[in-house]
Amino acid sequence: MSAIQATSAAGETLQPSDLLEMLYYMRLQRAVEDRGIKLYYQGRIPGAYFTGFGHEATVVGAAYALGPDDLLAPMHRDLAAYIMRGMPVRQVFAQFLDREGGPTRGRDGNVHMGDPRLGILPFISHMAASVPVAAGMALACRQRGEPRVVLTYFGDGATSTGAWHEGVNFAAVFRLPLVLVLENNQYAYSTPLDRQTAARAFIDKAPGYGIPGVAVDGNDVVAVHDAARDAVARARDGGGPTLIECRTMRMRGHSEADRFTYVPPALLEEWAARDPIARFEGRLRDAGVLSPETDDAMQARIAQEVEEGLEWAEASPEPSPATVADGVYAPN
Amino acid sequence: MAQMSYLEAIRDALLGEMRRDPRVFVLGEDIGVYGGAFGITKGFVEEFGPWRVIDAPLAETANVGAGVGAAVMGMRPVVEMQFADFISDAFTQVVNVAAKFHWRTGTPLPLVLRMPYGGDVKGGPFHSQCMEAWFVHTPGLKVVAPAFAADAKGLLTAAIRDPNPVMFFEHKHLYRYRTEEVPDGEHVTPIGLARTVRDGTALSVFSYGWMLHKCLAAADTAAQDGIDAEVLDLRSLAPLDREAILGSVRKTGKALVVHEAVRTAGIGAEVASLIAEEAFDALDGPVIRLGSEDAPVPHSPVLEAAFQPSIDEIASAIRALAAY
Repeated sequence: MSAIQATSAAGETLQPSDLLEMLYYMRLQRAVEDRGIKLYYQGRIPGAYFTGFGHEATVVGAAYALGPDDLLAPMHRDLAAYIMRGMPVRQVFAQFLDREGGPTRGRDGNVHMGDPRLGILPFISHMAASVPVAAGMALACRQRGEPRVVLTYFGDGATSTGAWHEGVNFAAVFRLPLVLVLENNQYAYSTPLDRQTAARAFIDKAPGYGIPGVAVDGNDVVAVHDAARDAVARARDGGGPTLIECRTMRMRGHSEADRFTYVPPALLEEWAARDPIARFEGRLRDAGVLSPETDDAMQARIAQEVEEGLEWAEASPEPSPATVADGVYAPN
Repeated sequence: MAQMSYLEAIRDALLGEMRRDPRVFVLGEDIGVYGGAFGITKGFVEEFGPWRVIDAPLAETANVGAGVGAAVMGMRPVVEMQFADFISDAFTQVVNVAAKFHWRTGTPLPLVLRMPYGGDVKGGPFHSQCMEAWFVHTPGLKVVAPAFAADAKGLLTAAIRDPNPVMFFEHKHLYRYRTEEVPDGEHVTPIGLARTVRDGTALSVFSYGWMLHKCLAAADTAAQDGIDAEVLDLRSLAPLDREAILGSVRKTGKALVVHEAVRTAGIGAEVASLIAEEAFDALDGPVIRLGSEDAPVPHSPVLEAAFQPSIDEIASAIRALAAY
C-alpha cells in the first residue's frame, strides 16, 4: 500500500464545538460497544456480536460531513453513524437484545438494522449489497432534483464483490450524489488485503470508474472529515461519486466469536498506539479544546446514556410469538 | 375496449401509470433510445425523458439494486429484465434485500420487476426459463403471471400500485400471439385472484401463462369426447387463490395442474398439496401434475416440443383423469 497522503489543514471549517461533538460520538460508539461486549459474554445477546473498535474516526469523520436531509447506508462497524443520524441509544440496545423496542423488533439481530424513516438504509449480511441500493437512493434524489447526498460505508472485502463494482459503476455512469467510504481495516474476517486485490491501493480502482479517489488516515477523524466534506460537496454539486479510502485497523475479531489469531501482535500494537480516540483526545487537550471539566462532563453524559439506554432496552418486551409471520407484506 | 396484443397491453399499462404518477419510472437495458429488446418502451424516452426512462448499464445487480434504492425513497420503479433468465445475476437484491425489507423495517418497498420469461421462442437454456417458483418460495415477494392481454394490463397496473416487490412474469410467446379485447383507460386486476376461464363439471384444470392456452385447446379436444373440463387461470402465484382452487375441486372432485416450469417442486406441487391438505375428502381421483421435463430448456425446436407439455399430453391427462 502506498503511503498515506498528507491531510488537509486540520478542520478548517470545524469549530471547537464540532470537534467536541465528534469526540463525543466516537466515545459513545466505543462505550455502547464495550457495554455490548459485556452483555455478549454474559450470554444476554443472542447470536453474534460485532464492533467497530478502531474505526471510530472513520465512522464519525465521514458521517459528520452530512447535512440534515442527507442519507446513510452504513455497515456493521459504523454504530456511531446510526446514532448521529437519529437512532436512539436505547433502540440500539433493544436491537442487540432482540427486543420489540429495537428498530427491527427482533426480526433481525445485532447491528443488522436501519430506519428508512431516519434515512438510514438497513444493510444485509451480504457485503456490498447496499452499494447499488445506495446508488438507487441517490438516483431518486437526482430524479426529483433534491440536493441530497447518500453516503455509504463498506470494507476492503466488499470491494471484491460484483455488487460493489456494479453499484459504483452505476453511480459513476449517472454521476449520482454518492459518497463511497471504504473502511480499509486490513482484514476481511481473517483474509488479508493481498487476497482481496492485486491493485497497489484501493483508490487505484477509482480512475477505472472515472471517479476521484482519495486515501486518508482513517484513524484521524479530522482528515476523514475533510475528505468526506469535499466529497459531499462534489456530490451535491453534481460532480458524482468519490471513493474515499480510510486506512484503519479492526482492533477486535470480526465478531466476538472470532479467535482473532491471524493478526501479528506487533501489528496490533502498532495500531493500538494510533488509537483514533486517544489521538484525538490528545490533540484536543493540546489545543485547549478539551478541558478536564468538559471531559468529565462528556464521560458522565455518555455513561448515563449507556446505562439509561440499556435499562430501557431491558424493559422492552420480547417480540410476541404470535406476530412471527406479521409484516412480511405491506398492507395494500 | 380496444383490440391489442399482450405486448401492447403491457405497454398500455406502463404508459397509463407513468402518465398518472410521476413517481413511476422504468429502468433497464436498451429500453430508452432503442425502445427495448421487444419494443415495449418504444417512444417512452421522448415522452418522459431520460430520468424516467433509464438506459442502464448491463448489470442486473446494479439495476435491481437501484430500483430497490429508489423504492426506499418512495419512487415506484419498474425494472425490466431483458430476459427473465438474467434475474439470477440479481438474486441477492431480489430475495434478500427487496423481499425482506418491509418485514425488517415496516417500510413498504414498491418495486416491480418485469420478467419476460418462458419458451417456445427458440431461445434455448438461457432465454426461455420459467423460474417463478424460485420467487414463490421467497416470503415477501408477490408473483403474477398473466395469460391474457387484459390481465397483462390489469395485473401490471396493480403491481405498480402495490406497496410490495412484485415479480411480473410476462410470457414472451404470448407477446404477439394474437390480439384480444383490453379495457380502455384505467384497468386494475387485483393480485391474488384466479379466474375461471372455462366452466365445467368433470374435472378442474389449473394453469397459467402460455400453458393456460394449451389447456384450453386440450379441454376443447376432450369436450369432443363429452368431457366437460373446467379451466382456471391462476394468474397470481403468490399469493395463490386458495379459495378458488379448493372451490373448483370441491365442485369437480378431480384436479390437473399444468405448468411450463419444470415439474419438480413447481407451482403444481404447491397446488397438489393444498388440495391434499384441504380438499382430500372431495377427491375422486389422484391429483395429476404436468410440467416440463426436469431438464434445462433445449434450443432445438424438436427437443423443445418434447420438453414442454403438449396439447395432446394435456388432453390425454384430462381423459385419464376423467375416467376415474
